[in-house]
Amino acid sequence: MAPFNIVRAQAAKLKVGVLLPRSGVQGLIGQSCQKGADLAPGVLKALLGVDIALMNADTETNVDTARTRAERLIQEGAHCLVGPFDSGAAAAIAQVAEQRGVPFVINIAAAPQITEQGYKFVFRNFPVASELVKNGLALTDELFKATGTTARTAVFMHVNDTFGQANAKALAAILPQLNLPFKLLETISYDPAAKDLTVEVSKAKATRADLLLLVCRLNDAIALRREIVKQRWNIMGVISPGSPGMYENQFFQTLGKFSEGCISNVPWFDPKLALTQSVDAAFRKQNPKDQLRFHALNVGYTFEAILIVADAYKRAQSTDAKALTKAIRATEIKTRMMIGAPLKFNAKGQVEGNLSACIQNQGQKPVVVLPGDSAEAKPVFPWTEYQRA
Amino acid sequence: MPIDPVNLANVTISGILTGLVYGLMALGLSVIFGVARVVNFAHGEMMTMAMYMTVLLFGQLHINPFLVVIPVAVLFFFFGYLLQAKVIHPFITRPDHAQFMLLLAIAMIMTNALLIVFGPEARTVSLDSLLESLETGPLLVDRGKLYAALVAFSATLALFAFFRLTPTGTAIRACADNGLGAKVVGLNVKHLYAIAFGLGAACVAVAGCMMIMLIDLTPALGPTYTLLAFVIVIVGGLGSMNGALLAGVLIGLSEALAGLFIAPSAKSMVSFALLVLVLLFRPRGLLGDNL
Amino acid sequence: MKPRAHLLLAGLCAILLLLPYFAGSYILSVATLFLFFAYTGQAWNILMGFAGQLSLGHSLYLGVGAYAAAGLYFHFGIGPWAGLWIASLLCVCLAASLGGVAFRCGISGVYFTLLTIVFAEITRIGFDHFTWVGASGGLFLKVTQRDQIDILNLRGPPALFYYLILALTAAGFMLCAWLLRSRAGYYWQAIRENEEAAQALGINTFRWKILAVAISAGLTALAGVFHAFYYNNLFPEHVFNIGRSVEIMLGPIIGGIGTLFGPILGAALVTLLADGSTELVAALGWDVPGIKQLIYGIALFLIVIFLPDGLWPALARKLKLSQ
Repeated sequence: MAPFNIVRAQAAKLKVGVLLPRSGVQGLIGQSCQKGADLAPGVLKALLGVDIALMNADTETNVDTARTRAERLIQEGAHCLVGPFDSGAAAAIAQVAEQRGVPFVINIAAAPQITEQGYKFVFRNFPVASELVKNGLALTDELFKATGTTARTAVFMHVNDTFGQANAKALAAILPQLNLPFKLLETISYDPAAKDLTVEVSKAKATRADLLLLVCRLNDAIALRREIVKQRWNIMGVISPGSPGMYENQFFQTLGKFSEGCISNVPWFDPKLALTQSVDAAFRKQNPKDQLRFHALNVGYTFEAILIVADAYKRAQSTDAKALTKAIRATEIKTRMMIGAPLKFNAKGQVEGNLSACIQNQGQKPVVVLPGDSAEAKPVFPWTEYQRA
Repeated sequence: MPIDPVNLANVTISGILTGLVYGLMALGLSVIFGVARVVNFAHGEMMTMAMYMTVLLFGQLHINPFLVVIPVAVLFFFFGYLLQAKVIHPFITRPDHAQFMLLLAIAMIMTNALLIVFGPEARTVSLDSLLESLETGPLLVDRGKLYAALVAFSATLALFAFFRLTPTGTAIRACADNGLGAKVVGLNVKHLYAIAFGLGAACVAVAGCMMIMLIDLTPALGPTYTLLAFVIVIVGGLGSMNGALLAGVLIGLSEALAGLFIAPSAKSMVSFALLVLVLLFRPRGLLGDNL
Repeated sequence: MKPRAHLLLAGLCAILLLLPYFAGSYILSVATLFLFFAYTGQAWNILMGFAGQLSLGHSLYLGVGAYAAAGLYFHFGIGPWAGLWIASLLCVCLAASLGGVAFRCGISGVYFTLLTIVFAEITRIGFDHFTWVGASGGLFLKVTQRDQIDILNLRGPPALFYYLILALTAAGFMLCAWLLRSRAGYYWQAIRENEEAAQALGINTFRWKILAVAISAGLTALAGVFHAFYYNNLFPEHVFNIGRSVEIMLGPIIGGIGTLFGPILGAALVTLLADGSTELVAALGWDVPGIKQLIYGIALFLIVIFLPDGLWPALARKLKLSQ
């Protein structure tokens, strides 16, 4: 076999290589995404009539491993790749996909540059940081209007990693353009590995802002919320313009009643759509002790990534890489589960039009409170414990 | 933005309290490194194990972490004793780097065993009392931190007392000062080294039981705290227990203040910068003896 | 070397040269990884095995080399063949100054090791804020298009990178062989065995130790340049990670510090262990996160206790390859 050949296979089943970090630092998230992958074949067989075989691999949150695993999956006959949650791994796998000519659909990855590098075989169905933040801030405005309250001042805290920095940059660029009623007093970044966030919260409290805007991850979200209680910081609430953490199961379990009222403006599934309900049913069957809403983002986007390849396969009627890629590029899916416009890729392989929803923690679970059509409950703002000065 | 004096005071207090717990952890390493000359690269991992034990006992049997301190410390004493006597002692005659590698291997095994057994999720001890703060005027003191610091300080005093007032403690100090001389006067050096390691392990176990009040627990905590312990011990001065305590408080304080005045995301740089400065200009540390 | 050894070496070289023609893309990627660790292991070995200074912060040079070359390419379009000289020189100067300061102040043994860890960490945090190369958001290079072979800018298929790292490893091997038998090698051995005695013999230990650090760093920088162009993206938390430093030194320690073949054998074993354990666990249907790192730890533990000189000396004796 010469080094530059690509083996093409024609088969009746679509083999989807799923690359996720099931161990390592992001293990928890990877396992969450895996649930979305596991339920996909059943749901998609019923929906589209296509047969899908999953080939799962663990990237171990390591670039080297991501690359070799991707090669392995392709060698074993994967017709397409899906994953990998981490931006570094995404870039490594994208190289492989590009070289081997195998389509790669990214479920979740933050770095905007991935779809700016000129890849022809890489696609991403996840909003880039600028979209995420724009939607998140717009929803904040909607929230103020819906509850008839506004914040006058805000402080922005963000975790200093790939995701946090991308969002912070986007916020700095977008905030002046929108006409939001509050003034941003200060931006405070913190180390993702920092366990003790006393000083950071002290600094934020000293600004005397009404509102905390937060871009975080799960562990620091928990530590921060606890610090807010300990330091008796009187704020109207915590709003995330587009980051994980506050809607995750661990957040509720660890903080109990203190998790109430926290708001995340993040991409979410539309609870009223039919596809969401089939996915929910399949999820409950496979995970009887869990709830879909705790994995909304991870499961939703992983599922949709497989939906994209399945739909393309149905249209292309072949597993040939070139045909599959062409079909993916022409994707237009109206029946989806995440909130947003029909799934369509732009010239760079990026989906535009993913929208966010305003998710508030109520009754120990995350519920959709905005936009009104998809809402499950009414938003509560400010926090019950807030005392206006 | 000018710094609010109340904020500064709160942060300073918090830094000092955290520093006391750091001090106890580093004290354990000071005993191990200073007496048995073992470069304990698994120090942070031992603390992590103690934290998991505390979380388990709290979660399954609902025992308050403060009550758990003594049994956990005793358990870790024996663990440390056996580790030193059976595994590490033969390495005394081997080149330095071999011992380093051994403990690195032990650290890797501990961290990943914890990961496999407990999973990557963060765990904590959720006591509602820990979320309250004590108010004195405009100052807010984190209750959990205060209690943790008090226990850490008491353990430190107990350790000092042991080394000053008991015959075994004196014997151990003799070993540390002059190993050959100690053998000559008939002290069982191997046994004493093992006791020292056991004591160090007990210290770090107590520090772990207290640390769980301050931070959330994940299996990957080990390396960060191992490095921190070494920084503190070297800054304080090898062989000086007072030095370890002082440096612990100093590092806790400097981290807090650096976070306040410079960027919080760079606060660990301060402790590293301190280490570099000490190594270059005063290698014996703040309170250490001349090398 | 005995004729038997020559034969084995020739066989190995033949297999490595022809690998892309009969192995699949997966094996090729694993082989590339193996050679990467063999090469960096050799570079690390010069400092530890030859000169006796334990560095646990070699990811510093990997990262600085990678970022230097990538930054130059990204901002100024300077290709990697020119960039690698600058990257290497930068690392040599960095290592020489760090080593110079450390050795001048009499820092050795475990203090030196701690210093190396701390320097790597400081650099990591520093690069997290270094916006010229993307800070913690990462630095991305333009992707290699399919069927594009641009050797000047290192844009090409995986086979290109395989041969590149193979050439690097071979060159590194020959350099180490030459160094070992040169005056530097003998001085280093003297310093490693007993620095005070070496000084008493009139060897300027300071100068030779600096040389060791500098050469080791310069070579590692080249591996960094390779890394940057092979993966096309860099993040400080991945590149300056202490885990990387540990991975670099696992090979030489398991294979045999101070030997010529030790790092290569060690790297091969570590790569086999890593992928082998993943395959085994998958085949058994277990879901065990972190098994690879656990196995690394156990392997290191066993080697340190039972085969402190590493596997190569024992293997060479068994196969009657050494004198």
